[in-house]
Amino acid sequence: MIKSRTTIVFLIVLALFLAAAVFDYQPVWQTAVQKLNLPSAVFRPWRLGLDLVGGSYLIYEIDLNEVQSGERESVANGLRDVIERRVNLFGVSEPQVFTSRTGDNYRLVVELAGIKDVNQAIKQIGETPLLDFRTVAFEAASSTAKTDSGTPALEPKFIPTALTGRYVARAQVEADNITRKPQVNIEFNKDGAVLFESLTEQNVGRPLAIFLDNVLIEMPIVREKISGGKAQISGSFTFETAQELVQRFNAGALPAPITLASQQIIGASLGETALQKALWAGVLGTVAVFLFMVFYYRLFGFFAALALIVYIALTAAVFKAFSITMTLSGIAGFILSIGMAVDANILIFERIKEEVKKGVAKAAAVEEGFRRAWPSIRDSNITTIITSMILYYFTGSFVKGFALALLVGVLVSMFSAINVTRTFLRVFTRNK
Amino acid sequence: MNVVDYRKIFLIFSGILVVASIASVFIFGFKQGIDLSGGANWEIKFLDVSPANQNIVSDVLKNLLGDKSFSIKQEAAGENLFIRLSDISEADHQIYKKAIEEKAGSFEEVRFESIGSSIGADLRLKSITAAVLVLFGIALYVAWAFRKVSRPINSWKYGLVTLLTLFHDVIIPAGFFAILGKFKGVEIDTNFIVALLVIMGFSVHDTIVVFDRIRENLLVSRGGRKLVEIINLSIKETFRRSVNTSLTLFLVLLALIFWGPDSLFYFNLTILIGTVIGTYSSIFIASPSLLFFNAKGR
Repeated sequence: MIKSRTTIVFLIVLALFLAAAVFDYQPVWQTAVQKLNLPSAVFRPWRLGLDLVGGSYLIYEIDLNEVQSGERESVANGLRDVIERRVNLFGVSEPQVFTSRTGDNYRLVVELAGIKDVNQAIKQIGETPLLDFRTVAFEAASSTAKTDSGTPALEPKFIPTALTGRYVARAQVEADNITRKPQVNIEFNKDGAVLFESLTEQNVGRPLAIFLDNVLIEMPIVREKISGGKAQISGSFTFETAQELVQRFNAGALPAPITLASQQIIGASLGETALQKALWAGVLGTVAVFLFMVFYYRLFGFFAALALIVYIALTAAVFKAFSITMTLSGIAGFILSIGMAVDANILIFERIKEEVKKGVAKAAAVEEGFRRAWPSIRDSNITTIITSMILYYFTGSFVKGFALALLVGVLVSMFSAINVTRTFLRVFTRNK
Repeated sequence: MNVVDYRKIFLIFSGILVVASIASVFIFGFKQGIDLSGGANWEIKFLDVSPANQNIVSDVLKNLLGDKSFSIKQEAAGENLFIRLSDISEADHQIYKKAIEEKAGSFEEVRFESIGSSIGADLRLKSITAAVLVLFGIALYVAWAFRKVSRPINSWKYGLVTLLTLFHDVIIPAGFFAILGKFKGVEIDTNFIVALLVIMGFSVHDTIVVFDRIRENLLVSRGGRKLVEIINLSIKETFRRSVNTSLTLFLVLLALIFWGPDSLFYFNLTILIGTVIGTYSSIFIASPSLLFFNAKGR
């Protein structure tokens, strides 16, 4: 009864291992997907981090001083969506754009893999039009400049209003009916229309300044209250500049200004060498652990080594299946976990040796060894799980890869070192 | 071997190491990498390799930067140049790039990182928060896991001893890196902090195995034996396992240090030192310390 159950478990482990190994090995898996007519989504490429494939990692500081505290979250998210649309125009594969918040500081992180001209990309991200409307108050200039008539010149003072580019729903180019000069028509969304209406109402007869990227574009005089949320910017556009502006508006105007706080650009060659070296070190390290186990624990060690190979295949499959991004530190974490994964085996084998010394029959000693070693294995692995979860939630994205690798590694190793090794031992030592 | 009887020697030895480490951290401080302190790293590779390039680049930067400091390193002739600057804007980056290319010919930018000081400060805070949380998370878990064996040692004492041992295991590599930073210019970065956390995880792993054996032996003997004997026996019984586990990790780390990526050299070295210290402490420090918190030693 037990024997047949063991055999079934053994076969399941074997099947799982083979499936994982095929899934991990890209060339074989690719042919398998094609031959079996599987949907292409099943074919998952390895996702390598920026530090391995090269690319740029940009952190922008979002200036939300002008935004009310209750709305900051939504403005930051709106900003992210806009930047995402802009970044998608670059044609980079799987760009990542996300916001991160620490206290009152909002940041925007942009990850672009394998982009050639980062300088150009930075320009296009940063130079999205920042549109805002300001009211104008004239006051006597402090300077000594005088007008022709001798009275002090009046200098316009611009007072920012709540109406900004984030309320723009749509923009288009149109030729002015009379002058045939290009103008940009802006349509506000519902909230924007309300703001625009009250703004024009309060400023009838006075100028309203329109700023683009903090540069005064024009300062028309408001003639009447404007309802319906439509405005024209005449400025002095050519058709090209008007067209460009409209495209940028339709991709979305930046709802808040951003500044580039940090950039990391990694050339592709650097990552490639590092990846090769890490994999090579991983192979050598695994071989060393393998030899040590076989040398020290003989047959038991051999089974532990087999379980270690199952562990490597399964863990790699989990990374791939869940599209976990593999960074250099993540791979290092994975390699380290290979060294730690046999720990449970060592615990168990030492325990078995003790039981055998006490005079317990070998088969019973094996079972007892597994049973007694369990509390230590559980407690020590839970502490590693605590560590990796805290690392995951409290650190930046490069460390996250490492934390995740460690977490997956611990979970899989608890399965492989205990269940897989035990199954191997039961199947292959039953007649002895 | 009778570890417990010689515990004073080990505790004094460790005490000296810990005090020396704390002292070097306070006296020398750490040399922080740009991801913690802000600044720029620029690694470039000239298409036409010429030994004069380093001087040309140095002159160009001196002209542009004025009195702001920078440094240029080259590991060997013909290799990439490593330039270290304060954090610069993208516009400045392009200006410098153009200026260098005009004088010294075109080059490939192998890596360019410019990190604002606010980002660095933020990361530093996050890392310290993570480290503190890990420390207390682990200590609390240990206290909880050993709640059933409150005699003759209170379970919170296991947690406290774990906490002290973890501190011991982390401060010694930290002190070592403070010295390396002072005399070799080695910088600590986010990876260093991660390495310290890994050490904590590994060391506690080891400590728990010994504690677990003490717990088991205490339950089996039901007060029939002296605590000293039980601790000694437990250390003896788990000795081989502790050494062997560290050995497998040691082998993997050696492979990573000698053949792994250069950028992770100090990361791996930190963990290697921590592994050795952590194994030593879980055998010679953690369990014998239990006795100190239980002066009666019955």
